[in-house]
Amino acid sequence: MTAHPAAIHSAAELDDLRRRAPLLKLDGITKTFPGVVALDDVSLEVRAGEVHALLGENGAGKSTLMKILAGNHQANRGQIHLEGEVVHFDNPMQAKEAGIVLIHQELSLVPEMSVAENIFLGALPRGMFGTVKWRVLHAVAAEILKTLGCKFSPRDKVGRLSIANRQMVEIARALVFTPKVVVFDEPTASLTDAEKVVLFEIIRGLTKKGVGVVYISHRMDEIFTLSDRLTVLRDGKVRGTLETSETSEDGVTQLMIGRSLEGRTKRAAGAFGPVALEVKGLTCGSLYHDVSFQVRKGEVVGMYGLVGAGRTEVAETLFGLRTPDAGEIRIDGEVVAIDAPPAAIARGLALVPESRKEQGLVLGMSCRDNMSMAKLSGVTGRFGFLKPRAEQAIYDEYAKTLDLRAPGPAALAVNLSGGNQQKVVIGKWLATDPEILILDEPTRGIDVGSKSEIHDLIRRLAASGLAVLVISSEMPEIMGVSDRVLALYHGRIAGDFDAETLTEDRLVQAISGL
Amino acid sequence: MTSDTTGAPPRAMLPTWSDVGHLAQRQGILIAFILFIIAFSFTSERFASWDNASTVFRQVSIIGTMALGVTVVVIGGNLDLSVGSMLSFATVLVVDLHDKIGPAPAMAITLVATLAIGAVNGILVGFLRLNSLIVTLGMLSAIQGVTLIYSGGQNVDITDQEATWFAFFGRDFLLGVAVPTWIFLGLAVVFQIVLTRTAYGRRVFAVGGNPMAATFSGIRRSYVVFSTYLVSAFTTFCAALILGSRVMGSQNNVGQGYELMVLAGVILGGTSLLGGSGSMVKTVIGVLILGFIQNGLLLMGYQYYAQWLVTWVVIILAVWLDVASKRGRLFTTTT
Amino acid sequence: MTKTLQSLTHLSRLTVVPPIWLFTLACALFFTVTTDNFAEIGNLTNILQQTSTIGLIALGMTVVMINGNIDLSVGAVVALAASLAVGLQSDIGTLPAVAVGLGSGIALGFLNGMIVWKTGVDAFIVTLGAMIGVRGLVFVYTQEQSFFAMDFAYSDFGMSQTLGLPTLAWVFLGFTVVMHWVMTSTVHGRNAYAVGGNREAALNAGIRVGRHMVVNFMIVGFFAALAGITLSTQMGASTPNLGREYELWTITAVVLGGTKLTGGAGSILGTLGGVLAIGILRNGMNLMQVPAFYVLVILGAILIAVLFIDRQVNRAGSEEVEA
Repeated sequence: MTAHPAAIHSAAELDDLRRRAPLLKLDGITKTFPGVVALDDVSLEVRAGEVHALLGENGAGKSTLMKILAGNHQANRGQIHLEGEVVHFDNPMQAKEAGIVLIHQELSLVPEMSVAENIFLGALPRGMFGTVKWRVLHAVAAEILKTLGCKFSPRDKVGRLSIANRQMVEIARALVFTPKVVVFDEPTASLTDAEKVVLFEIIRGLTKKGVGVVYISHRMDEIFTLSDRLTVLRDGKVRGTLETSETSEDGVTQLMIGRSLEGRTKRAAGAFGPVALEVKGLTCGSLYHDVSFQVRKGEVVGMYGLVGAGRTEVAETLFGLRTPDAGEIRIDGEVVAIDAPPAAIARGLALVPESRKEQGLVLGMSCRDNMSMAKLSGVTGRFGFLKPRAEQAIYDEYAKTLDLRAPGPAALAVNLSGGNQQKVVIGKWLATDPEILILDEPTRGIDVGSKSEIHDLIRRLAASGLAVLVISSEMPEIMGVSDRVLALYHGRIAGDFDAETLTEDRLVQAISGL
Repeated sequence: MTSDTTGAPPRAMLPTWSDVGHLAQRQGILIAFILFIIAFSFTSERFASWDNASTVFRQVSIIGTMALGVTVVVIGGNLDLSVGSMLSFATVLVVDLHDKIGPAPAMAITLVATLAIGAVNGILVGFLRLNSLIVTLGMLSAIQGVTLIYSGGQNVDITDQEATWFAFFGRDFLLGVAVPTWIFLGLAVVFQIVLTRTAYGRRVFAVGGNPMAATFSGIRRSYVVFSTYLVSAFTTFCAALILGSRVMGSQNNVGQGYELMVLAGVILGGTSLLGGSGSMVKTVIGVLILGFIQNGLLLMGYQYYAQWLVTWVVIILAVWLDVASKRGRLFTTTT
Repeated sequence: MTKTLQSLTHLSRLTVVPPIWLFTLACALFFTVTTDNFAEIGNLTNILQQTSTIGLIALGMTVVMINGNIDLSVGAVVALAASLAVGLQSDIGTLPAVAVGLGSGIALGFLNGMIVWKTGVDAFIVTLGAMIGVRGLVFVYTQEQSFFAMDFAYSDFGMSQTLGLPTLAWVFLGFTVVMHWVMTSTVHGRNAYAVGGNREAALNAGIRVGRHMVVNFMIVGFFAALAGITLSTQMGASTPNLGREYELWTITAVVLGGTKLTGGAGSILGTLGGVLAIGILRNGMNLMQVPAFYVLVILGAILIAVLFIDRQVNRAGSEEVEA
């Protein structure tokens, strides 16, 4: 199929378009996953020619909503109206054919194929004997790339493009289907400033053609430059839809977080114990440089930064999963060489990893077996035999401490809700009696109730003398739980704030490199 | 609303229908096996006899013993296609050395040599993280070559077949049960205990179930994978003792094709090739199904090779049912 | 070490020709120098004829492996097609018998493909089952007998020459060209890379993945059957054990040629290089009077070495954690 660029509208016509009935209307969308209500009666309107920003913290339900819109998921309740008609998508192809295109956060390209082939994936122009009409393909692809201002050739292999350029290919692919609604899901996460400018131009070009754009982003500055209206989601519910020009960043933040940031009483620095973990000049290739910080016993240190700023990589290095190029790690004042996780565990380190399902749990195993996994030597008796009672004792103890709600110790981890799964992972690490606990995105994708329980738990653990390092991309979490916050920007420590100096603005500035 | 706000459900005191369903799902292969035996029993009087059953056990003991080790490799998330060649190698070696240096030293040397081959597999897959299918495929060829080089392409045999105590492994009976059956079932029991009751077993399951999570939990994944290949080399060595002792000689390609029958038994038992699940009980049943299909069909007067056709159907049905029950529907929805 | 690997990475980016050809040419050069007869035309055409059987199967195997599948039943299909083509020729005539043989391969490919598609069982297991079952079928059909071709034209064909090359070499090269064209220039061929490289994306883009895979299983079934038939023309006979372990040799050749087991990457040119590498090694070592046994060891070692080098080259520059 070929691109049919719709007519460019004049400003007056556009205004008219925008006033008319909404192009796209989501009405009362509800979606539940086992154990979680991801979306609760969500309604949203997108007008032709507008950029409608969608905001919310991780886990607020933005991605799920957009996946329903694009046919990847189906709603349990609610309707989608496109140009006044009720539509229903069983798969992404149907959504695309109806004119709704989602530009994925996770790229959906085929690395071994050329740019042009990726743009026309599933729709290669067919000639005689089923051959590909290469000339047509390359000509049309080149045209589309030109409108996007891309420098690379349609013949280049996608696997050899930079991440930013791959993003462009994704966008180019959306333009093939004369789209009515285009959803951008965090499109600038991997773009440079210059590339962002180009992207914004493209988005404005789309709206001029009467396309409705849904723009998902964390970055306030982008949303305020680009969007006409915005909708805020929190915990699967719409918290408000506003004209962008009539609101402020503060107002939006309030909506996203749902409360003014809680004024937790913070202890003075003197109240903490001696330094448990000290990192000096740690450097690892292009991932992070010259990272130095300290965590004291009883202290919660937050590490805040955008995805890709190097936070997880620092944690992985501390835990022996990466080898640093330079720098030293001291535990209780002693320089340690940690070459693998067992060495880290022996040194009293524990890491609750970023990805619960991929790194935290063996999903096909029982809760009890998962919980004793990091402490197998502690529950092993003579001849390597496991001691079932010791394992049961671990389960009982931490199921109680953490208020784990599982059908029983033999329940498979895969059948628990996200919050309870995370409690199993935390239990696994508490069972090792750690002195230093690192939590990487401890509440990602779990429900509000479990979230605050985990926050309370972190405070309790610190109060009992643990040194805690919390990595998070959620501002309220970091602000609420930490005694001190490190801001990471492009692999460097861009700020170190204690309780007195910590403000949202300063933190946002630090992680944006300002 | 959600499961975690309602708290832990009360423990059911009596089995419910859904428990029966669960049992059917979990023990499906066992139930199928029992039905299968009953069905065959009706068609042939000899089938259900003690004699016949003990014959089947003896017949499957070689493949079965190898399958135990391969199950450990598969639970750890890998494949071992080199066991067939390894069987040829070990059998030729032990038989050839038997007359030259005596049975005990021959067995010792063969054990060490076989474990060394397993160690090569283990280093390549465990430490170098190479794809196990290709590695063990390459090893299949290489070990075949090594065996042929060693034997000079000649078949080997034991001259004095009556006098040697080496006959014990393949030909003797203990308490009315054949020694090969003892070896097969004995190892199955030991392995089952090791897998379910020891820290080592737990590590194998963890590494196969989610290598990343195992590593993040401080389990040394490379060593665990390495060790599973030693286990499969060891069981292959045991199978070679049975085979060499039973035949009192060996062709240099005697194990050709065994790797796939072994794998068929493992898969039939219900151990997933994805790793992280499986058991020795399953594998014993899987191998016995193979054995009883063969035996039953022969007794019913079908040709020897008809069993392979039935095996084809049974393997696909068994795995299909497993996959379908996890998916919740019989067919995929892929376009 | 890392430096070398990085430069290797660059090298592989610059070359259009699959890297296995460097190895293939090096082997050819080595044997040209060390043996008297290797470079003779007669010997080279001999290699082509010898490799044509594995080569034909490998063409089909490449396609299913690019899809991310595998077919272990090819060896058994070789025997089935050969037995049918030879066994039936006295009853129904040679050409119809050959057609039945080819048809059996295509039909079994269809069956394998449909099972993989509809049941969702892994291709490895489906075709492992088929490998055992089809071999059983062959034994049941042949009653464990070898068949001899009564039509001499049939066995003459296998030994015949056309335009100075063995006819079977032409058959192999001809189909290589055709399959190269299919994989590089047709929509079906390009979709094969999409399905193997990013199945989810292919489905989302509306490619009918299931049907696509079935076609590819039929292609590999066809080539396995064709290889069985050409092999039986060379022998003037078929045996029920024909094609044993061919699946292993074929996979070896295809992997040597750079096709990934995980799918999405690979080429017919690479496979040709892999097939020839094996053929040249066997032939050259034979000329050097290296016992055939050593060839097995060397081929196994080369397969593993290629896998190792490939992994090192691809890993250079990756930032994933090695867990």
